[in-house]
Formats: sequence, structure tokens, C-alpha cells
Amino acid sequence: MTDLLQQRFGSEIQAAFARYPAGREKSAALPLLYLAQAAYGHLSTEAIEEVAQLIGSDSTHVRGLAGFYSLFLEQPHGGFVVQYCNDLPCALRGSEDFLPVLEEKLGCKAGATSADGLFTLECVMCLAACDRAPMAQINLDYVYDLNPESLDLLVTELRAKAASDPERRAPFGFGPPSEMK
Amino acid sequence: MPQLNLVLRHRDIPGLHELAVYQTNGGYAQLRRAVTELTPEAVIDIVKASGLRGRGGAGFPTGLKWSFVPKGPGQKYIVVNNDESEPGTFKDHEIMLRNPHQLIEGAAIAAYAVGASAVYIYSRGEFWKSAQSFDRAIAEARAAGLLGQRLFGTDYNLEVYTSLGAGAYICGEETALLSSLQGDLGQPRLKPPFPAVAGLYARPTVVNNTETLANVPLILERGADWYKGIGTEKSPGTKVCCVSGHVERPGNYEIPLGTPFKELLAMAGGVWKGRRLKAMMPAGASSPATPGEQCMDLLLDWESMAAAGSTLGSASFIIMDETTDMVWVAMKTSQFFKHESCGKCSPCREGTFWLTKVYGRLNAGSGTTEDVALVGEIIEQIRDKCFCPLGEFALSAPRSTMAKFPEDYRRAVGTVENGAQQDG
Ligand SMILES: Cc1cc2nc3c(=O)[nH]c(=O)nc-3n(C[C@H](O)[C@H](O)[C@H](O)COP(=O)(O)O)c2cc1C
Ligand code: FES
Repeated sequence: MTDLLQQRFGSEIQAAFARYPAGREKSAALPLLYLAQAAYGHLSTEAIEEVAQLIGSDSTHVRGLAGFYSLFLEQPHGGFVVQYCNDLPCALRGSEDFLPVLEEKLGCKAGATSADGLFTLECVMCLAACDRAPMAQINLDYVYDLNPESLDLLVTELRAKAASDPERRAPFGFGPPSEMK
Repeated sequence: MPQLNLVLRHRDIPGLHELAVYQTNGGYAQLRRAVTELTPEAVIDIVKASGLRGRGGAGFPTGLKWSFVPKGPGQKYIVVNNDESEPGTFKDHEIMLRNPHQLIEGAAIAAYAVGASAVYIYSRGEFWKSAQSFDRAIAEARAAGLLGQRLFGTDYNLEVYTSLGAGAYICGEETALLSSLQGDLGQPRLKPPFPAVAGLYARPTVVNNTETLANVPLILERGADWYKGIGTEKSPGTKVCCVSGHVERPGNYEIPLGTPFKELLAMAGGVWKGRRLKAMMPAGASSPATPGEQCMDLLLDWESMAAAGSTLGSASFIIMDETTDMVWVAMKTSQFFKHESCGKCSPCREGTFWLTKVYGRLNAGSGTTEDVALVGEIIEQIRDKCFCPLGEFALSAPRSTMAKFPEDYRRAVGTVENGAQQDG
């Protein structure tokens, strides 16, 4: 049993528990899974086990939660997880047409990770920002008004960020604010 | 009729997200008044008299819902449904981000009315950043003595918490939401018991949509009669309409209920590129596609939309121009519902899977007339057989596009038949 999560986010874990009534630790499952994802990089077996132990549940249950929600990643992934919205309202404004452009810039198809390990691309359902369609979420940050030009700029910026911060090359956390930016 | 910003008041009042500005504009005075001067019953009576109806989709009378909560001691909860995952919907996010205190105050008034001492605001996980600024708004209000223990010198205690989902449409359904909040799988359960009797942690719970609750402070401030004077008799007040797709200016537009669709479309700048309106879906991916020529005179309130065989739902208008292929639209919505089916019941899980298969063929030009008939059969196998409304939602686009746009289906199968002839 590892305790990476507790070591790294001890006070965040306590703050998560404090939001729910005593004896209802299981309610903190999702907040803790976000933290675990940040601490472990993805929801590995060790991550799941630590969360299960913290909330007093079994790992089968926690594994089930991890699989149920689209923001939880059970496999190692690129430093930038690009969740590109390709749902109806975004598609009406060109998301399907721009997808090949994005795939080419990132160097990976939807559902895959680029060979350099920098990007994982996923097509996702509506992210409640259709007024700024097409849009995407990159490590949980929204980017809006996408088109071939802005996508080009965006990927260039992400590459520059990665180059200035070698840590980016390793899968870092796809997780809460403290891990962002 | 012009726009009327009540829950989107922040568009008219700069800085309304700040506590001081909100208070200068009457903010938290109604919570104080409720807690110190009104009985819970009196608050419920005002909301009942206003005719306020739920903005989460079903339009259920809000005051009536509150009155179902059993009186007497014991823990009760208000849960704010800020899951906002219906494709085409983006109004609750704006309210939470730009007008947080009006939502907090509305939820707090609801809590007082039903005797709840805790409010949970459940947001979709993608809103984590907004949830953080919302947490700061809660903390500010608490520090100013507007939330917390022994509120306004009374013995009423109230805490407000945010809680994040993690990406699952079904968690917008209230029983699934409550399961998710308890750390269980976000799957719906049968009702009854209704949440008002057995909700969060099996305690009496009111689940209300964000927009619903953001209406409450102004109803108390200006009175039920004022509110009833806006909108229609049975659908009073305003509705935030999310307009997306093929319009010049996608966005949120708050209008008095009963406003004609053509006025809403004009607010959004009309169909883009000077094109003709082919169809619109009025309540996101789960609503029927209505042909353009039948849309213009529709009145946007619950009764009129129901009478027209449609729905107002959450008022998420997806606009489609004359170039749109409605078979493709049905394929897109089928993919959404397949992805979001929680898997609990097989008609929904299997049915949405087969819909995407068949629509995939039709959209790729490799479908046949048998495939069109097959869509009809799959619809019958899902219809009325699912555990929760998601399965039914999945049928809206297939059914309506088949009924209203048969030429698009003929074109879809025509490509194959022509091609086959040429090959032969
Ligand atoms: C599949 C499904 C998804 C739903 N999604 C939402 C949602 O995202 N937000 C919401 O407020 N209500 C949603 N609802 C409706 C809720 O179950 C519930 O009726 C609503 O939150 C009640 O609030 P109201 O009375 O204020 O409208 C959904 C219902 C279903 C069946
Ligand atoms: S469809 Fe992309 S944000 Fe709604």
C-alpha cells in the first residue's frame, strides 16, 4: 500500500472530508479521485487502493467509479490531455472538419497519445460552452472559438510550454487546480 | 418583447459577482428578511403564489416541491443541480460564475423554507474552476455573517458546500445526482420514494436547478404579483434561453416566458450566413427537431410548446440551417446517448448502441431502406421500456427526423442504391 496521495495532499483530503457529514467519508470519493489522479498521474491500481482505504470502501467500488466518469483516466496519458468537443452544437460550427487539423498538429489520432508522449487526444461530449463553439478542454482548462488558425497557435503554445518545463514531458496530474498551469 | 435580465442581472450591473456590489443591489436582504421576519411556511407561500416553475427541464412548480418536505426536526438538504450536461445548454455556468451570490441567496432561502441546514451545489466536474470562485463567494458570504451558525442572531444554522461530479450526463438526473454525491455510482433509482421524502443520505431533500433558485431572491424582494406579471399565466417569469449552432450570435438570452421563437432567433442575430432555418431542437439533444417553417410562431412557454408537440425543457435551442443533414443530426445525438447511457438497464444500453451502428451506416452512405426500418424497430424496443427518461430522450431526434425530414433519409439510402446501379 502506497500513500502518495496522503503525502502530497494531506490537507486537501481533510478539506474534502470536511464538506460531508461525519461518517459519510464515501461522499469524498470523487474529490479524492481527482487528487489521486494528480498525485499518481493516472488512476493506477495503487491510486485506487489508496482512495478506497481513505474513504473506507473497497477497491472494486472505487475502480467502478473511476471507469464511470469521463474525467478520470485509468491509463497513463500525455502531459496534455486534449478533450476536444465534437458534440452536435460544436459540430454544427465545424468541429468535425477541424478535427483532422488538430490530429495532424498534435501528431496523434483521437483516442491516442502522441509518440513524444506530449499529447493525448480524446473527442468528448458537450462541455456546456456551445456559445463559444468549437471548443476543447486541455487538462481541465477551456479553450474557445477554435478554427484551423487558432488550433495551430494553441498547439504551438502548448509545445513551447512543454519545452520550457521538462516536467511536462512526464505524465503529470490530470487533476485539481494545484496541479494546473 | 425585449430581453429581461433577472437571473442574468449581472449583465446590467457590473461587478455583481462581488459581495459588496450584490449587497448594494439589495443582496442578502431577502435572506435576512426570511430568516428574521418570515416563517418557513410564509416563504413557501410566496414562492407558490409566484408560480415559479423548475428550470431544470420538467417545469415542476417550485413552491409545491418545497411543501412536500416533511415538517419537523431532523437533517434535511437542498441540493442545487448545476450539472448542466444537456448538449446545447450553458446557462447555469454563466449564473454560477457571474451571479454567484444570487444563487447562494436563493438556495439559502430555499433551505430556510424547508428547514435544511446544509446546501450542496453539485456541478459538473468541468466547472472546477468556476466552483473555486464559487467557493470564494461562499466564504465571503460566510465571513460577512450571511451564512453559517446562528444566522442573523437566530438559532438557524446554514452551511453551503460545492461538490464536483466528474463527467457523466446521467448525474443531472436527480436520483443519479444524489447517488453520485454519496460516493456511489451515478445511476438513477426508481421513484418513489421521491427525494423530498428520502434523498441525500435518505434524508428529505429538495433538488432544484441553478436557474430556478436564482429567481427566488427577486421574487421575495418584489413580490409574487410582480413575478406573475412577467411571462404567461401558467409559465410566469423569465427563461434563460441558450442559443447555439447556426446563428450569428450564439449565447444566452433571458426572455419573458411566452416570447415567440422568431424574436429569440432575431436576438441571436438570425440564422448565420443569411441562410434559411431548416430545423431547431428547443431543449438540447433530447428534444424533437422541429422544421423551420413550424418554428417561427411558436411561443416559448411550457404549455404552448407542449401543445405544439414539443417541449421547452431547459430551453437550449440548437439551430440548424438549410445545409444540415438531419440523418447526421440523429447520428450525432445517438452517439451522445450511447456514450451517456449509464448501462443500468438493457433497452437503453443496447438500444442506443444499435442506433449508433445503424446511423453510422446511414450517414456513411452505406445504409439501406432496411436500415431505416431498423431504426423504427429499435425505437420500439427502447420506447417506454427504460428505467429513467434517458432512453426516451435518445429517441427524440430519430423519431422527429424520420417523421419530419423523410427526404433526408431517402437521400441517405439513395446514395447506396444509385452507386450499386452504377457499379452494376
Ligand atoms: C437524463 C436527465 C438529465 C438531467 N439533467 C439535468 C441537468 O443537467 N440539470 C438540471 O437542473 N436538471 C436535470 N435533469 C432534471 C432533474 O432530474 C430534476 O428534475 C431537476 O434538477 C429539478 O429541478 P427543478 O425543479 O428546479 O427544475 C435531468 C433529468 C434527466 C432525466
Ligand atoms: S457541443 Fe461543444 S460545448 Fe456544447
